[in-house]
Amino acid sequence: MLADKDRIFINLYGREDWRLAGARRRGDWDGTKELILKGRDWIVEQVKESGLRGRGGAGFPTGLKWSFMPKESDRPTYLCVNADESEPGTCKDRDIIRNEPHKLVEGCLLASVGMGVHDCYIYIRGEFYNEAQRLQAAIDEAYEAGLIGTDACGSGYPFNLYLHRGAGAYICGEETGLLESLEGHKGQPRLKPPFPAQVGLYGCPSTVNNVETIAVVPEILRRGAAWFAGIGRPRNTGTKIFCLSGHVNAPCNVEEAMSIPLRELIERHAGGVRGGWDNLLAVIPGGSSVPVLPRSICETVLMDFDSLVAVKSALGTAAVIVMDKSTDIVKAIARLSKFYKHESCGQCTPCREGLGWVWRVMERMVEGNASVAEVDMLLDVSYEIEGHTICALADGAAWPVQGLIRHFRPEMERRIAEYRQSAARRRHAA
Amino acid sequence: MSAPAAVAEVEQPASFEFTPENIERAKAHIAKYPPGRQASAVLPLLWIAQYQSGGWLPRAAMDCVAELLAMAPIRVYEVATFYTMFNLRPVGRYLLQACTTTPCWLRGSDEVVRACQNKLGVAIGGTTPDGMFTLVEVECLGACVNAPILQVNDDFYEDLDGPATEALLDALRDGKPPPRGSVIGRQGSEPVTGRTTLTEPTGQR
Repeated sequence: MLADKDRIFINLYGREDWRLAGARRRGDWDGTKELILKGRDWIVEQVKESGLRGRGGAGFPTGLKWSFMPKESDRPTYLCVNADESEPGTCKDRDIIRNEPHKLVEGCLLASVGMGVHDCYIYIRGEFYNEAQRLQAAIDEAYEAGLIGTDACGSGYPFNLYLHRGAGAYICGEETGLLESLEGHKGQPRLKPPFPAQVGLYGCPSTVNNVETIAVVPEILRRGAAWFAGIGRPRNTGTKIFCLSGHVNAPCNVEEAMSIPLRELIERHAGGVRGGWDNLLAVIPGGSSVPVLPRSICETVLMDFDSLVAVKSALGTAAVIVMDKSTDIVKAIARLSKFYKHESCGQCTPCREGLGWVWRVMERMVEGNASVAEVDMLLDVSYEIEGHTICALADGAAWPVQGLIRHFRPEMERRIAEYRQSAARRRHAA
Repeated sequence: MSAPAAVAEVEQPASFEFTPENIERAKAHIAKYPPGRQASAVLPLLWIAQYQSGGWLPRAAMDCVAELLAMAPIRVYEVATFYTMFNLRPVGRYLLQACTTTPCWLRGSDEVVRACQNKLGVAIGGTTPDGMFTLVEVECLGACVNAPILQVNDDFYEDLDGPATEALLDALRDGKPPPRGSVIGRQGSEPVTGRTTLTEPTGQR
């Protein structure tokens, strides 16, 4: 288990003062000027060496992403921080924003220095009204203390930070959807390439990073890349906030070492599965977009990028949704299909039309009012939707259905057989 | 996104103007964005307009925002209909937003919805005759380890069940909204059984 001294988010639960004074006591804003003066290349090198991978879902190496930003630009460049946390199961950024806002503000500054950026926007989801108020208060405190502004921390580096509140759209968590929304449009994702590092916000070079990714940067720079890289496994380093929800005895957020076994994570921190481990049916290990895993895999799988990919799922946002044997697993996944149908932005036909179709078929699968051939058709269509759209929303909608069919096909077929039998009985009685 | 409400069916006020304080707020938002990029302020300005109008966006308010930002009105309507938190018809004093996505559903969001429906006698999308409550179903609110959640206007009420939801509705009707957050007194996202981490006092790390 990760020792408390290796935890980054000391105030994860909000027991201490979130304001500047409290944040300073926890070590935030300590020696920030010196870190800035070490320069852009040093910061990127440290982040690369730390092995930090993006915490928003895709797990792209952060230092590498930063290195894509142009060394010199005659146009402004931007950092956009993705606080549009909306992936079902995920609520880690909310705790950072409300309880450790200064880690995020300081992270925005240091990440911006690492990319030569002077203007940063944080895009927060509209539902996080109270969280946005608090983050704005932290930003105001940082300005007043001279930590950010025309001469950030007395380093001579000018840096402005702005908060932008969304208004209810999952798709704005997609990086180019976020940029569109920030420009004042509908949040409809853009085709890539060009990637944001070349053509981003207002057509200028931009990088979009998740809140947690940015908020861990100051600690990495202060404690050294080797410290962060020493936690977890190679390629899967550092600490991670896990969100443990669903059928556990004590749902919670917890910061743990990357690569902790899933079973240990649930049993040690969430009080175990309701009714005991043997009562476990399945786990969605990384937010609603990733394929579900049956208990047999949950016994041994490690919670990191590579282990979960090896079992055809993904770490995603590390939001662990636990389902015990009382769960109607088909209904649980059908509800996710409804979510994706609702959140499709409507640009691409496979997503706009396909996800509605998938949801309607899934609703019939809940009842068993389908044929076995339709299970195969559902799988086929899900593969046709996947990879044929501008952004990954449709992929994230296809994977849960594929995971369901991969691991729970017998249950789906059982329902179909049962429905047919009872329909035949009804006909016979009539 | 979900289909927007038909704006034409709603009785629309003839005009809308920002209050002087809200004009100042709007200007502060516009100043966040580079010159010529004032359209970026459309979401913040629609928010201000919605708060000023009592929780919904009349057509005149959208037109006012369009004029202020030098945008074609259609561009503003397009935005207002795309984002689900903008209400294009009047809502009750308390907008009850029940999350029913899978993590909340696993923890009993059906009971929360049922408690609202039974107590208020309205279906999803309905408003009580006294104009106190509007009940809507929303997608994941992002507080899943405190599920199930009911968002009331801007505040989250967490760790609910049927009886706790009814008690919350009673308190709201009496004009005494309880403090937001967990209704079972949980500290943030801690395990209800007590912390398993961060047990050492700060300063000893």
